[in-house]
Amino acid sequence: MSDDPLIIAGIEFQSRLWVGTGKYKDFIETQKAIEASGADVVTVAVRRVNITDRKSENLLDYLSPKKYKILPNTAGCYNVHDALRYAHLARAAGISDMVKLEVIGDERTLFPDTAGLIEAAKILVKEGFIVLPYTNDDPIVAKRLVDVGCPAVMPLAAPIGSGLGIRNPYNLRILMESVKVPVIVDAGVGTASDAALAMEYGADAVLMNTAIAGAKDPILMAEAMKHAVWAGRFAMKAGRIPRKLYATSSSPIEGML
Amino acid sequence: MMTEPMQITVNGESRDVAEGCSVASLLSELAIPSERVAVELNLNILDRRAFGATPLSQGDRVEVIGFIGGGEGTGYER
Repeated sequence: MSDDPLIIAGIEFQSRLWVGTGKYKDFIETQKAIEASGADVVTVAVRRVNITDRKSENLLDYLSPKKYKILPNTAGCYNVHDALRYAHLARAAGISDMVKLEVIGDERTLFPDTAGLIEAAKILVKEGFIVLPYTNDDPIVAKRLVDVGCPAVMPLAAPIGSGLGIRNPYNLRILMESVKVPVIVDAGVGTASDAALAMEYGADAVLMNTAIAGAKDPILMAEAMKHAVWAGRFAMKAGRIPRKLYATSSSPIEGML
Repeated sequence: MMTEPMQITVNGESRDVAEGCSVASLLSELAIPSERVAVELNLNILDRRAFGATPLSQGDRVEVIGFIGGGEGTGYER
């Protein structure tokens, strides 16, 4: 199967399924699931190195930055100051200038604090970061993020880890029409059909973590998600038939007895 | 002549290091390869090339930061 690559800020992405690396049983499972997903982008969190148990292995020993584009996030940051600090640390740790920017507004919903998000994005873009913001399904906020220089936006489908699927398909569709940059639907996907639907609506990519890592068989679910993203993408490009209330026969009347 | 140990804080835990210890020698003492970490010294992020030339002082607060598994939200500590 072939498709045009997704290009963001001059970086070419082969895969339209992006995956997180959290919540897996161990690094072997992480590695196998990500391999099965076909993703070439993986998100990682920025945290203190374990200095007491130095035998603990490093995630990047299992996911080589030569093979995968490592996208650090600012997950767990509840204000602009912290998000900037984590982004700076991620860049200093030396992978790239890309950051998945999260400024979380509330612990219960993990919804983004969109005012803080726009403020942080503006600063990081000026500092030369490629800022991929985790945002709400709000088209106006998406436009503001593009205005401050984000080369893509990452609206949620539903709350992080909820598995509810696309809660507001109409807003998401308006959002996609409102911005000219790539849209990556991020968070809330529960199963393969959710991912396919996001792509059918015209998303440029889908990012997920829990839907794969939390499945009974994460490796099989990763495979399912890979196919779902392809299926949705191709269906969107192929152009679906219009919905009609009544039947239209697909067998000809002519030649009947 | 014996050098006096200094007390610093690394990732929130206090630790004694030899006087004049550099950031690079702290990392090597901790068996942490420097290529994949960022170091913040008293809230200032250091350039990796300066690790060897940056001495630590009594009371310094050091954060050694790397990447862990995480997708979204609060990140997942293994």
